[in-house]
Amino acid sequence: MSRRIVVLTAGLSQPSSTRLLADQLADAVTTQVSARGESLEVDVIELRELASDLATTMTTGGMPTPAVRRALDLVSAADGLVAVTPVFAASYSGLFKMFVDVLDPDALTGMPVVIAATAGTARHQLVLDHALRPLFSYLRAVVLPTGVFAATEDFGGGQSVELSSRVARAAAELAAQVVAETGAVGGFVQDVAPARRRRSGTDLDTDVTDFETLLADLGQ
Amino acid sequence: MQFGVFSVGDVTMDPTTGRTPSEGERIEAMTRIALKAEEVGLDVFATGEHHNPPFVPSAPTTHLAYIAARTQKLLLSTSTTLITTTDPVRIAEDYAFLQHLSQGRVDLMMGRGNTGPVYPWFGKDIRQGVPLAIENYHLLRRLWREEVVDWQGRFRTPLQGFTSTPRPLDGTPPFVWHGSIRSTEIAEQAAYYGDGFFHNNIFWNMEHTAQMVALYRRRFEHYRHGAADQAIVGLGGQVFMAPTEAEAKRAFRPYFDNAPVYGHGPSLEEFTRATPLTVGTPEMVIERTLGFADAVGDYQRQLFLIDHAGLPVETVLEQMEILGTEVVPVLRAEFERRRPAHVPSDPPTHGSLVAAGPDAPHHLVTPAQSASERAAARVGA
Repeated sequence: MSRRIVVLTAGLSQPSSTRLLADQLADAVTTQVSARGESLEVDVIELRELASDLATTMTTGGMPTPAVRRALDLVSAADGLVAVTPVFAASYSGLFKMFVDVLDPDALTGMPVVIAATAGTARHQLVLDHALRPLFSYLRAVVLPTGVFAATEDFGGGQSVELSSRVARAAAELAAQVVAETGAVGGFVQDVAPARRRRSGTDLDTDVTDFETLLADLGQ
Repeated sequence: MQFGVFSVGDVTMDPTTGRTPSEGERIEAMTRIALKAEEVGLDVFATGEHHNPPFVPSAPTTHLAYIAARTQKLLLSTSTTLITTTDPVRIAEDYAFLQHLSQGRVDLMMGRGNTGPVYPWFGKDIRQGVPLAIENYHLLRRLWREEVVDWQGRFRTPLQGFTSTPRPLDGTPPFVWHGSIRSTEIAEQAAYYGDGFFHNNIFWNMEHTAQMVALYRRRFEHYRHGAADQAIVGLGGQVFMAPTEAEAKRAFRPYFDNAPVYGHGPSLEEFTRATPLTVGTPEMVIERTLGFADAVGDYQRQLFLIDHAGLPVETVLEQMEILGTEVVPVLRAEFERRRPAHVPSDPPTHGSLVAAGPDAPHHLVTPAQSASERAAARVGA
């Protein structure tokens, strides 16, 4: 069975170091998934291309434009996510957060995510664990232990080997999740609480609770 | 089929003049719009209900009673009545009183309200919005249908031996709509009681509105009130008209660009494509509106939003003139032409509900339960 991941990249310039890191991660995940005997499809979402669509979505009470809607559906249908943002003013960029803000609260539920960031200097590296990790934890994603941070200096010289090995480690963690069988053997595990379903929220959830149940819950 | 206008009642600066009307002027403008509705042959005027600036309509039954006294045929309605934060006892009494004053020219649309602080101002919690809508409306149905009510619930002090007065006109409660943009529980609620479902049809794309209406229709049939295509559906819509499309866009654009809710966001062209907003000739409005029935099925009530975003009242009255003389007569004829015989043309009115007699399902608190009991009895026999 072929697996699918989405790579979110929020770089603004072209070419951008953010996209460069995103592509390295995508290639590494493809290699790692192949090594596990599965094929992988990768969809890259360049958030810059959605910039004005995201602003429109925000200013119309959350009604997604067709392009935003396609992106939301792509993300929630994926088996894994690689999220890469440049560091702006000590955090993820505004464009990156705008996309996260239009996600349904259950859009990433249970989704394995590699977090990654780029910046001019290594002094920003805690952005991964102080900003990105709690953000995706809030969204009930499974944030993988290895985050990838690349400062400009990591793209050359002695540091680049270290970056490559970090990319490979994160990719291996994501690949293991992406190819893993999900769910327990039927009948052997009793869920304590029914699991929340992942959903993009772009379509109406028409699976309604019967009204008499709603009334009975209130004792009416 | 019924046609009309619904007003939010916002006090908004006219962006072309920089002038903001006073609250008194805005209330007077709403009254003139309601009177104009009757004059140009529209059927319904509906007022919003808000308890925060920049909105004026905090006392809908006071306003509707005043309009009732100055009109003969106009049906008075709400868009919406806040079922979450208003005591259902007050709704039962206020609207029954209005029924008597207006000789039955009244129905209501229930809505939750989405302004967070309004809930605590009335001692409620917005996170309980849906349960409040469910419990309060169920009590409201009992207050209108049972002479003496003993009741206990979660959100209001219990009632012991309480009679809501005056009793509904002719012992017949007003017809009720439930309005919701995205909450499927509210479509389910409307379907359960066999009430009407209204979608505001302004802020979202038509495909979304069609999904909400389809859900309501499917559940209406599930609860045995009739076939899905016989469910009672109302839609909103938003138009601005001029003899040419270019002229309409030129005149409306400053209001659109500065409108509350979507101003400073999408362009007029983008929003017109994405939502049912139509800015153009009366012919364009006719064509677009007729298309609504392709999306949601033949429906019973069409209300237009025409008086928001700081449009001066004179402009609004001109728009109503065009609606009444050029648009609605064509829509009436065309909608009837395409409607199958078994699909009702009008929503229930006081007259039709009285004519249906005291044993009609409308008089039951939970008509769906009774319908399934009747079905079970038929199977048993």
